[in-house]
This record gives sequence, structure tokens and C-alpha cells, in this order.
Amino acid sequence: MLDYNRILSEKVLGTKPSGIRKFFDLLEEMKDVISLTVGQPDFVTPWHIREAGIESLEKGKTYYTSNSGTIELRKEISKYLSRRFSLGYSAENEIIVTVGGSEAIDIALRAVINKGDEIIIPSPCFVCYDPLVSISGGIPVIVNTRMEDKFKLTPELLKSAITPKTKALILSYPNNPTGAIMTKEDLEPIVEILRDTDILVISDEIYAELTYGKNHCSIATFEGMRERTIVVNGFSKAYAMTGWRLGYVAAPVPITEQMLKIHQYCIMCSPTTSQFAAIQAMREGDPDVRMMCDEYDRRRRYLLHHLERIDIDCFEPEGAFYVFPYVGKFGMTSEQFCERLLFEKGVAIVPGGAFGDCGEGFARISYAYSIQHLTVALERIEEFVNELKAQN
Amino acid sequence: MKTLLEILENDSRITAEQLAVMLDKEVGDIKKMIADYEKDGVILGYKTLIDWDKTEREYVSALIELKVTPQRDRGFDKVAEKIYNYPEVQSVYLMSGSYDIAVLIEGKTMREVAYFVAQKLAPLEYIISTATHFVLRKYKDKGVIYGPAETDERGNCL
Repeated sequence: MLDYNRILSEKVLGTKPSGIRKFFDLLEEMKDVISLTVGQPDFVTPWHIREAGIESLEKGKTYYTSNSGTIELRKEISKYLSRRFSLGYSAENEIIVTVGGSEAIDIALRAVINKGDEIIIPSPCFVCYDPLVSISGGIPVIVNTRMEDKFKLTPELLKSAITPKTKALILSYPNNPTGAIMTKEDLEPIVEILRDTDILVISDEIYAELTYGKNHCSIATFEGMRERTIVVNGFSKAYAMTGWRLGYVAAPVPITEQMLKIHQYCIMCSPTTSQFAAIQAMREGDPDVRMMCDEYDRRRRYLLHHLERIDIDCFEPEGAFYVFPYVGKFGMTSEQFCERLLFEKGVAIVPGGAFGDCGEGFARISYAYSIQHLTVALERIEEFVNELKAQN
Repeated sequence: MKTLLEILENDSRITAEQLAVMLDKEVGDIKKMIADYEKDGVILGYKTLIDWDKTEREYVSALIELKVTPQRDRGFDKVAEKIYNYPEVQSVYLMSGSYDIAVLIEGKTMREVAYFVAQKLAPLEYIISTATHFVLRKYKDKGVIYGPAETDERGNCL
């Protein structure tokens, strides 16, 4: 019998499975659960975008494209980044079309990390950064953002984490799981700290289209930041295209040249059908994005209003499609709270601890669900909270 | 307010309380706006979409094309009014193109519909001809697809 623990990659063996996975496995065994857990839109990809994908198949466009993606799509992405976020990247050599934002994050990390490099990761955050940094030989340096600061990265926190070994900062706003955003004013002091250093920024802007009341501001737009920033974005959240697996990364040529090597050896190119659909999304998809964003905003208000009404503390998230209420006051860990809510009321929300230690005490509620669905879930959460209060 | 109407058009069960929160308005204001829309005839009613094919109930629906001689001063209005007053008539539209008025009608049986056309519609004054098309299957109505109930197949993927 092989002793796999001795044979397989130590780095991968040492990587913990995602904490969120455990909860989802539990969820899958249960019937009739009202779930508020998914991290993807409830909208179907708009028909005209699906149609463009279908048409490409009908025309037999089933080949590999160039490694970095079709030039038509890269040109559309270039125009889009300029139009929406005032970012200037050349379609020819500064944009790579990737398999979702996830691949973009991975190749960005692998392109910049040397063994022992420290990568600053503001937490709570999407679960992939920490393990991907470790697998690349880097050292994740977690900084804990706080509800009092609306889960923003503060200059003090950033300064406290910087050492001579700091290679990069992963900036992930609008944020999953908190829904926090970083405005231009929030970013200014961060930029001041980074500007005269060699520290790079990997800016994961996958939720950039989903902000409420304020437009997204990319850190790469600040003077002196473009040369040190790798912008990650994609089609999943804005255009409801999660299953198409399509994202992109934009950076200065010396960085994209290195990322492209990794991308071409391990991916070759992103799915061709998805690329054709994405061209349509960029050309004609703006009204769809606005419609979905308006709908998310109404649900956001609705959730916040009712959480406040039933006396659950929650800061007001201004982006993504999550709220991140504090459930710590009921004398349980967030995992216990979520498990009891699941078993006693059949409502599933994700324990905040899954997104980093400082997420403990919180829970992530997704509002990628209809108002009617949210209403039923909220009624049950209210019952649960009332019962907890009566017991105490 | 266009957004309010659009939300209600999509789901009339949404309550004034829910709307108030979603649109950041006072409940009283929302109630007043809805009442005004009702009073002004902007909102005419609230109905439910039912896929009767999934029930025991027998029914048949048909689209009837009518060619009509317009009346002096009244155009097609008088004829349309006569037609829409029949309770079995679901919808009446004045059309451009090769015929004038489209009537959507529902009955229990094909015989009942045929009887309605032959006995009630065709003999009406000013009607020149009728063409009846029976509906074989309803795929989509009022923006809603008639088929199996949707299930949430989204994966919990991190």
C-alpha cells in the first residue's frame, strides 16, 4: 500500500480544504433547505449573450484561439475597462483572457512570487487567496479588517503588515464575503504607502459592476499605480456568466509576458464559445448589468432593513451581493449559529469563519435570490432569533 | 414612478411594506402611489398566471382574426366594445396588417369556441370575415415560460 502522505506534494497535502466546503457538504445531505449560500447570480445569462455563444458553435468555431484570447475580445475588454473604470490597457499585449477570475489570480500570484515572499491578504476574503499563495511558495500575511472600519483596509493595518519581504498586496473590493468597498478616498492613503515601494498590487475587481450608490474605483487609476497593479476581472458576476468560466487579467507588459507563459502552458486558451459570448456581453450587455444591479440593490435594502428590524447588527455593504451580519451576540460561534439555524429552521447561511479567522462571529448571507425567497428565509431567521432570545 | 410599476408588473404579490424598503420610500407614500395608479386606471388589476395544463381542468383557447368594416366616426371602437364585453373573450387588439382585430378567447371545448364564433362573432354587424386558430400549446405568456417549475441548480462552488 502506497503511503500517499509521503509521496504527494507536501505543499498541497498541507493545504487545508476550504472551510466553506464542510458546510456545503452538510447542506447537500439535507432536503427542503432555504439556502442563502450561493456566490453566484440567480439570473440566467442574458439571452443575446447565450445566443452569441450558440451562434459561434453553429458556425463551427470550435478551435483554440490564440493563447491570450481572441483579439476581438481583448479589444472589447480594453474599451470596456476604459469606458467603465478609466483604465488604459493595450489589447495587443496587456490583457489575457483567463478561465474565470480564479485563474487570473493564480497566474498573477505565480508570476510574481519567489519562495518566501510575503503576500498581504486583507481578511475576511474569498477563500482562494491564502492557499494559492502558499502553493506558489509565498507566505500569506493575513491582516484582519474590522466591522468598525466597514471592513476596509486601513493605512494603519497595511503599514503594520509590510516587511522587507512583502511582495504584493491582494486588494479585493468590492469584497466577498463582507460586501465592503474601497472608495477613491479610502484608496488614497493606501496608494501613498505603496507608491514609493516595490510592492505590487493584485486587485481583484470581479464585483466591480456591483456597487450601490457609488461607482467602483480601481487602484490602478491612481498616479504611479498602473505600473505596479495587476487588475483581475471577469464576466461571472456582472453578466451572470459563472458557468462560462471567463475572466481576464490586465497588467503592464513585463508582467503579462510572464503570466502568459503560465497561462499558455497550463490552460492553452480560455473556452472559445465563452469568448464569443463575452464579445456580445461587452458590446451590448450594459443594460442587462444595470437591470441586475438595480435588482440586487433592492434586495440589499430589503435584507438590511429586516436584519435591523429583528435586531441583528450589520454594517451597510455597498458592493457585491452579500451582507455580513454579526451573529456573535447569541453566545455561539458563527459555525454553531449557522448549524443550528440549518437544523432547526432549514435556512442555510455561511459561517463567517470560513473566510478567515476574523470572520468569526459573522455570517455571510447572499442575496442572489428572489425577494419572495428572501422573505421566507427572513421569517425563519426571525423565529430562530426570537427563540434564542427567549432561551437566554 | 416607473420602477415601482415595473416591480409590480413582474410580481404583484410584493407588498407596500416590501416596496417601501426596496425603493427607500415611506410605506404611506408607496400605498398612496399605488392607490393613485389604481384610481387613474394605470394599474387595472392583479391576476395570477396558472398553467391549467398541469391541472384536471379542460379548456381550449383560440386566436380569431377578424376583418371589419370601420364605422364612420367610430372606427373600430364600437365593434371592439361589442366583442370585449363577452366574458369568454380574454383579449382584443386592433392590429395593423392583413386583418383588423385579433380576439383571444377561451372556452371549455372546441365546440364551445366554434359555437361562439359562428353564433356570436360572425353575425355581428360590420364583420366581414373570421379566421379561427386554435392554440395547441402555450409556451410563454406575460413573460413567463410555461413548463416545469424552475429548480435552483446553482452549485455551491466556494
